Formats: sequence, C-alpha cells, structure tokens
Amino acid sequence: MTFETTWFLLIAVLWIGYFILEGFDFGVGMLLPFVSRNEADRRAVLTTLGPVWDGNEVWLLVAGGATFAAFPEWYATLFSGFYLPLFLILVSLIVRGVAFEYRSKYGKAQWRQRWDVAIVISSFLPALLWGVAFANIVRGVPLERSADGYIEYVGGFFNLLNPYALLGGVVTLFVFLTHGAIFLSLKTAGGIRDRAHELAIKLGLVAAVAAVAFLTWTNLMLPEFDGVVLTLSTGVALAWVAGLYATLRRREGWAFIFSASAILLFVSDLFFALYPRVMPSSLGEQFDLTINNASSTPYTLKVMTVVAVVMTPLVLLYQGWTYWVFRKRISASQILHPERGVLDTASHILHQ
Amino acid sequence: MSSLDLARWQFAITTVYHFVFVPITIGMGFMVAGLQTAWYRTAKVKYLRATKFFGKLFLINFAIGVVTGIVQEFQFGMNWSTYSRFVGDIFGAPLAMEGLLAFFLESTFLGLWIFGWDRLPKKLHLATIWLASLGTLLSAYFILAANAWMQHPVAYRMNLEKGRAELTNIFEVLTQKTAVLTFFHTIPSAVFTAGAFLAGVSAWLVIKKKDVEMSRGTLKLGLITMIISFIFVGVSGDLTSKLMTEQQPMKMAAAEALYETTDSAPFSLLTIGTLDGSRPVFQIDIPSVLSFLATGDVNGTVKGVNDIQAEYEVTYGPGDYTPNIPLAYWSFRLMIGFGAIGVLFALLALYQMRKGATPRGKWFLPAMIFLPFTPLLANSFGWIFTETGRQPWAVFGLIRTADGVSAVVSAGAVLFTMIVFTLLYGVLAFIEVGLTLKVIKNGPQTELDYEDPKLGGSSDKPLVMAY
Repeated sequence: MTFETTWFLLIAVLWIGYFILEGFDFGVGMLLPFVSRNEADRRAVLTTLGPVWDGNEVWLLVAGGATFAAFPEWYATLFSGFYLPLFLILVSLIVRGVAFEYRSKYGKAQWRQRWDVAIVISSFLPALLWGVAFANIVRGVPLERSADGYIEYVGGFFNLLNPYALLGGVVTLFVFLTHGAIFLSLKTAGGIRDRAHELAIKLGLVAAVAAVAFLTWTNLMLPEFDGVVLTLSTGVALAWVAGLYATLRRREGWAFIFSASAILLFVSDLFFALYPRVMPSSLGEQFDLTINNASSTPYTLKVMTVVAVVMTPLVLLYQGWTYWVFRKRISASQILHPERGVLDTASHILHQ
Repeated sequence: MSSLDLARWQFAITTVYHFVFVPITIGMGFMVAGLQTAWYRTAKVKYLRATKFFGKLFLINFAIGVVTGIVQEFQFGMNWSTYSRFVGDIFGAPLAMEGLLAFFLESTFLGLWIFGWDRLPKKLHLATIWLASLGTLLSAYFILAANAWMQHPVAYRMNLEKGRAELTNIFEVLTQKTAVLTFFHTIPSAVFTAGAFLAGVSAWLVIKKKDVEMSRGTLKLGLITMIISFIFVGVSGDLTSKLMTEQQPMKMAAAEALYETTDSAPFSLLTIGTLDGSRPVFQIDIPSVLSFLATGDVNGTVKGVNDIQAEYEVTYGPGDYTPNIPLAYWSFRLMIGFGAIGVLFALLALYQMRKGATPRGKWFLPAMIFLPFTPLLANSFGWIFTETGRQPWAVFGLIRTADGVSAVVSAGAVLFTMIVFTLLYGVLAFIEVGLTLKVIKNGPQTELDYEDPKLGGSSDKPLVMAY
C-alpha cells in the first residue's frame, strides 16, 4: 500500500473516531431539554459528557492537523472553500465547550437557561453542517485551476446548499441525535434513561429513512456501479436496524455498539466512494484533488505514518480507559443540591 | 481594507487572545500539580485547599484556552490557504504531532483529573494532573518548533514545480537551535505568569485575611516561582536575541530603530519623537549595551536597517524588507519592561516578607493584585514583536505574508468572521473574568473532606464533581 493510500485511510479513521465520539456529544447536547424534567436531570445529563467531551473533540483537531500534514492541498482547498460553514462550526464548538464548563458555576436560573439554549444550538449546527460538508465533498463541488496553478474552490456559499448535501445534513443530524439518545440510555439511570430510550427509537426511525434515501442517492450518483460502496451502504442499514432492534429489547450496550458501527460503516462508505479522490471537482475530472496531487512528499508521509502507528493505539488505550473509569451509570439523585451553583456558596460544599 | 489586511488583523486578534490564556494554563497546570503533590506527600490539608482553589481558577482559564485553540488549527486553511499549500509538507507535521501526542494527552487526563476525585485512587489521581501538564508542555514544544521554522527555515528543499517547500529532515526541524531556545524562553515565561497569578491572587486573600495559613504560603510560592523562572527567561532571552541578530538581523535593527550600522551600539531605553531615522526629540541611551546584547561583545558591530535593506534587495529582489519599526521598537521594550517590573516587584515583596513579616504599606498589597498583568502584557508584546518583526515574511526568506493569503476568500467574508470572533471573544473574556473574580472572592473552602476512593468509585453515592 502506498503512503498516500495509508494516509487516506488514516484520515478516514480520524473522522470515524470523531463522528462516533463527538456524534453522541452532539446528540446529548441537543437532547438536553427533551430528556430532562428538572435541574438535577439536566446536570446528570451533562455530567455523562463531563470527563470525555474534550478528548472526543481532539479527534477533529487531529483530523484537521493530519490533513494539513498529509494532504496540504486538500486542507487548503477545503477550509478556504467551505469558509462560512466551517466558521459556523468553529463558533459552535467555542460556545459549546465554554457552555459545558460554565453553566453550572452559578445557580441563577436565567444564567443556566441561556447556556442550555447555547448548548442545544451549538450542538445542532455542527451535527447538521458536518453532514452537509461531507455530502458536498462526495458529490463534487466546483473546483478549478487558478492562475497560480492551484486547484481552488470557485463556488459560493449557496452552492453548498443543494438538496443532496442538505439531505446529508439531515442524516448526520438524526444519526447523532439517535446515537446520543442511545448513549444516554446506556449511561444514565431512572427517568432520563427511560425518556432517552423512547426518543432513541423515534429518532432512529427518522434517521433510518433519511439514511436509506441518502445512501441510495449516493450509489446512483456514482459514475459507475461500485460493489464496495453498495456493500458498505447495505452494512450501514443492517447495523442501524440491529441497533434499533437492540434498543427495542433494551440491550443498551449492544445498541451503542451497533449505532457506533453504523457510523463507522457510513463514514467508510463515503471515503470509499471518494477514493482515490479527496475532493472531486464538478467541473471536470482534470480538476479533481486526489490522494496523489494533494499529498505531501513520501518522506513527510513516512514520518507521519511512524508517529500515527505508534501513537494512535496508545491514545485509543488511554481514552478507552477513561470510559472504563467512568463506566458507572449516573442518576439525578447523585447530584446534591442541583440548583446550587458551584461558585455560589464557597465554604460548605464538600470538594467542589 | 483588503482581505490581506483583514486576515492579518484576524490572525493577530485571535492569536494574541488565545495566548493570554495559554501561558496561564501551562504554568498553572504545573503549579496545581505541585500543590497536589505537596498534599500527597505531607497530607497537610492546606495543600489540598490550595490545590482545589487554584485548580478551579486553572480550569476556568483552561476552558477558554481550549476553545480558542480550535480556531488556530483551522485558521491557516481558511484565511491562509496559499501559505498552507506552500508550507504544509513541513509545517503540518508538527501540528499533527501536537494533536496526536499532546492534545489527546492533555484533554483526556484533564477530564480524568476534574471528574476523578472520587473515582481514582489518590496516587493515580495525582498522576493525571502531571500527565495533563506534560501534554501542555509537548503541545508548546511542537507548535513552537513550527513557529521556529517560520523564523528560521531549516531542512527543506524548494519544489518549484509544485510551488512549495518540502521537508528533508524532521529531526532538524524539531531540534534546531531556534526551536529549542524559543521553548526555553516561552515555558519559563509561562511559569513566570503562573507565579504572578498565584502571588496576585494570594495577596488579595492575605489582605482580606482569608485562609491566611494557605494564602501566605502560596503568596511566597508565587513570588519565588517568579524570581526563579525569570532567571531562565532572562538567560534564554539573551541567547535568543543573539541568535536573532544572526538569523534575522533586520528584526534586531528594527527593535532598536537602528538605521545605520554601528560599532559599540548603544541600547536605547526610550525615545520621544519619531522613529523614522531622523533625529529624535529626546533619547536615553546606554552605551555599548546593544552591541553586547546582539553579539556578546561591547565593541561588536550591529547592522543598521538601511544596510540590511540594501543587502536584501540584492538577495531577494526589489521590495521593502523593513518591518514596522516603531511597533518593533516599542513592543520589544514593553516586553522587557513589563517582565522587569514584575520581577522587581516580586523581589521587593519577598524582601518584605522575610522573617514571617507581612508586606506593609497602604499601596503595596493592593498593587500586587495587579501583578498578574505584568507577565500577560510582556507575553503579548513579546509575540507581537517576534511576529511583526519578521514581516514582510511569513516564512523568513521563503514566502511573504502578502503571498500567503487565501485567494478565494473575499474581504467581506474575512471581515464578517473577524467581527463575530472579536465580539464572541469579548463576551467570553467578560464572563471569564467574572467567574475568576467570583472564585477569588469566595476564597478557598475551609471545610474539605477526602476519602481515598477505589478505582471506578461507587455508583449511588453523591458525585463529588458534576457539570
């Protein structure tokens, strides 16, 4: 396997990790008001993300950094081309991170309500926009060779809002909502768990319809029939159905494994549909960015391969360990004085 | 304004803002880890109180540092895509390594530290804060190596067909003198910042007589940290300026507004009047000091702006190779000046605290509350100096900043995002300062209990930490 292909795969792995992990973060964030009945519920819901959200988000930063290192042309064209959607995602991620950290510092209802609204919106936007962005990449966008000899994005913002891409956005939105609901039903106890369970089924059905439509469209859109893409698409559907079945039977651990697998297969499917291109051009294949014309030198790829091969398993190991440390379910009753802000009264709270 | 000017402003705003929080985070991480280690070793509760109290302040800061760092990772691609294409083969590698080696470590173990008080045995919990701090150190190393490559590109070969610089040796990029020196200048500065932060906050607690048992100790710790770290900042700063004279003579000449090449060049302390090369209205000079700073020899020759400009025109072709001289001149002085004010104050305060005395004087302790601002300003001016002093280059001698900007992004788009980022960052600063002041006003918690938990903790007990 060439270094270019290896790095194409590694970037796919990073996005898979990112969508599986931050996918449920986004889902939980959006579901916050819908699975909670009171302040203790809300804090329990957010606490399921507490120790892990930041580590989950690093998958995105590494995907970005790795794309910069391995495929500079892809990094440059993608992020300057998809400027405004990416900007909205960045703003959302900024607001979200701060909202998690700061919302429970004060007890004032208005303070917390505002942060809750911020959490819902800033989880919704990236969940939708990542789907729009990836669908556009797969569909192909107007890329052209500029006077300087670089392949650049020449469509505007509204070019990105085509029906196929929007459907892609709906798919990631509902997949992440479902994935988040399944995660909550796995990580909480009591009322939250029950409500998350019910929502997971409803949301999962919507996601199933959207995903089937999107994957069918994807398969038909390809210039020629591709057996691997079709197989992976079928795999996504099967994993999703298995996840819903497990949810119905209240096998929450299995449900989570299946929804994570469905995301894995879904992202793999999109990357397979792309390969060996990284950003096809809708203006002719001479303008396609591919793993060859977008990549770094073999030397840089080799260096980065060594780093990735050594570090990625280690990262998986200690991130996995974090999930094991915090494996116990959280219930609202474990939150003492939920309405009290961490910083409101200083001296008589244990620890905090 | 053109999209180039706007993109430069956006980079300046977002980066300076980000770096207000970064040194506090790096330095405070180690301070908190040290305090927790003291508690682990001695079992004295005052250390636990200090760990919890300063840990809270550390985390409020860390949140902003993390979220504003996300913008940094993507800004190159968004606003500086031509630059990204040109340097990606080299510059991208340390960035990706930073993510893989540092960000994961930092974020994962910090999560374990914050939420692990009742889930991890004492010793393991202590290890998590050290690992998170190690993560911040690694992160600093990689990003500084990337920046050092912009100041002094090494181990590259030009590929004219692809229009880019290509990496020939990663070890050279990671271990070149510029990278190592920058690291040993930046990290002690971060520790200095944390020392000042600790001292400033503790001074307030001492005035208000809150937990004096703890706050007197942390005040002293902060002051001593400042003094020790300043020695490293000074030594590495001196070495850095000599290296800079060698590698980027224009920057040194600009820092001194030295237009003509001079032997035994004086160091100008301050100037009133213009810095355009005509005669200043008023100037205080210290004879020969600049020559010594730049070359290590009081009689050494320091090249002036005019000669270097002429040399560069021969090497790089016609063009203006002079950075903004008043900006370089003043930011260099403000960097040194604010650092010096901080450390002098620390020495004075420590002198007053000898033999168990408390610093006296109506103004002394209140003035110390403002101590944290001296390193913060020094840090910002230092970066403003080193980045603007390199102009017109983005990568010295290889690509101009003007040639690095994204061709496909309109000025309107950059303006819009700049306005939103600035407003958002402003609101966040407001909230952050409010929370910080609240924590300080509350003071350390006087009643703490702690029980060494089993790994994993129990599932029905109240949580020690919840969002």
